[in-house]
Amino acid sequence: MATAIETCGLEKSYRVGFWRKAQKRALHPLTLRVETGEVFGYLGPNGAGKTTTLKLLMGLVFPTAGWARILGMPLTDPRMKAQIGFLPEQPYFYDYLTAGELLNYYAQLSGVTARAARRRVEAVLARVGLADAARLQLRKFSKGMLQRAGIAQAIVHDPKIVFLDEPMSGLDPIGRREVRDLIQSLKDEGKTVFFSTHILSDAETLCDRVAVLHQGELRGIGVVSDLAAQFSGKMEILWHGAPALSAIQACALEVHATGETIRAVLPEAEVPGALDALRRGGGQLISVTPVRLTLEDYFLREVGR
Amino acid sequence: MRRIRCIAFHTFREAVRDRVLYNLVVFALLMVGSALLFGQISIGVERQVLINLGLTAISLFGMVIAIFVGVGLVAKEIDKRTLYTVLSRPVRRWEFIAGKYCGLAGTLLVNTGFMAVGFFAALLFLTRGFQRSDAGLLAALWFIVLEFLMVTALALLFSSFSTTLESTLYTFLLAVTGTFAEDLHGYARLAHGIKHLAVTAAAYLVPNLAALNVISRVAHAQPIAAGLIFYNTVYALSYAAAAVAGAVLIFERRNLK
Repeated sequence: MATAIETCGLEKSYRVGFWRKAQKRALHPLTLRVETGEVFGYLGPNGAGKTTTLKLLMGLVFPTAGWARILGMPLTDPRMKAQIGFLPEQPYFYDYLTAGELLNYYAQLSGVTARAARRRVEAVLARVGLADAARLQLRKFSKGMLQRAGIAQAIVHDPKIVFLDEPMSGLDPIGRREVRDLIQSLKDEGKTVFFSTHILSDAETLCDRVAVLHQGELRGIGVVSDLAAQFSGKMEILWHGAPALSAIQACALEVHATGETIRAVLPEAEVPGALDALRRGGGQLISVTPVRLTLEDYFLREVGR
Repeated sequence: MRRIRCIAFHTFREAVRDRVLYNLVVFALLMVGSALLFGQISIGVERQVLINLGLTAISLFGMVIAIFVGVGLVAKEIDKRTLYTVLSRPVRRWEFIAGKYCGLAGTLLVNTGFMAVGFFAALLFLTRGFQRSDAGLLAALWFIVLEFLMVTALALLFSSFSTTLESTLYTFLLAVTGTFAEDLHGYARLAHGIKHLAVTAAAYLVPNLAALNVISRVAHAQPIAAGLIFYNTVYALSYAAAAVAGAVLIFERRNLK
């Protein structure tokens, strides 16, 4: 599989303070690789460095150290930029343009011919559900409509890679669902999607792989199912026919009883002792299973919460 | 070139939609209306008064637009983050600056055209015909356009590294100082030592708007030499080009936080 996005030691620091002598590191050296056709989730709490990374990749800010390549080309290469689309966080567009004019402008800036642009604009507006608003000025758009227009401008020139910064931000549940479907359809078309979010359920649903960023540092990267399924170091024991035993309760992290069935979660090291206590107490063991992490558990663990 | 044209047209269209031009049409109509008034209250000098008043109003009104729209050209795009979606496309930063500048220059040219039509209509109404010396009015209008080009370039230069408020202040101060540029040159000739160097440098740095102001001369039907038109055109375009180049140099290195 070809590499779509590659960064190596990509780093960004800003000079801060009145004399600009202090340095604040917005992004620690970042090395990652996104393959063609992947939907890649870039996760992190607010201020983690997600937007900084996207700005570096878009050439809006310059790296302090390291390098990045998109489609094998340097970030300054206009040929590469013609093949990517970008939705910034909470996009805002030219108030006095209509949606159609806006998309036409962006399409032409991306090198699409005027005739082809007209066709593309109509198709993309229909795709994001704004066909009826083509002649409406953007200052009359709701936040959700602006977000859709933002997505439309990111794909109007049929790019190979789409970068989306918090694409679900400000959308109602229906809007979020539509954006999820759109990202899925982009993936089905073979496009690479790199999107930042802190909505973990969206990442879990859509992403092939995710990276977790915290305080500018990459904390983990991998396939969603692998990360989510990591063993937590805890075991779940289910048994039947004996009341909650004090020996188990003493070492359990949590105990729940549903009718005759009792469920206890305890540290792995305590399991042999608990099973002995259960046998002595006459309980009927149903199962002993390792407790797996969800993506949310993994995320919270990595960001230290 | 295509991208510069596209950005310039877009800038022009936004300025037009922003109703800047509509105000000017109103201004042009007011000019025509005021001609009636001056025709009645001025005796013998109504023509000079109208030319002085009309051209000064065009210059001041256009200058205000050049400064306020000019400083917002880049700053507004950064504040509203519309720039992010432009520069993430195959658009070089210098192309963006050049496109923005050309767009605003075009807007100001159209504005001046509208105001000039109003002005000539008023003059025609008052004097019932044009004189041969009125050709000087076209030169004065051309110099006003050159003033706008210089001031817009300065506004763009300042807005490439400072806030909208600061850019407005700096551009306004330089434009005002520029109207006294000839006095600065005179003072520099009288000064000595470091003061001479500092005042000479300041006199050359500020836009020499005084040299472009021939309103009083054309009001008194004095001819404008072709040499002056050529010299002023070369000077103003060079000054504007240098300021735009400075804006590009700064903007090329700027982190868009």
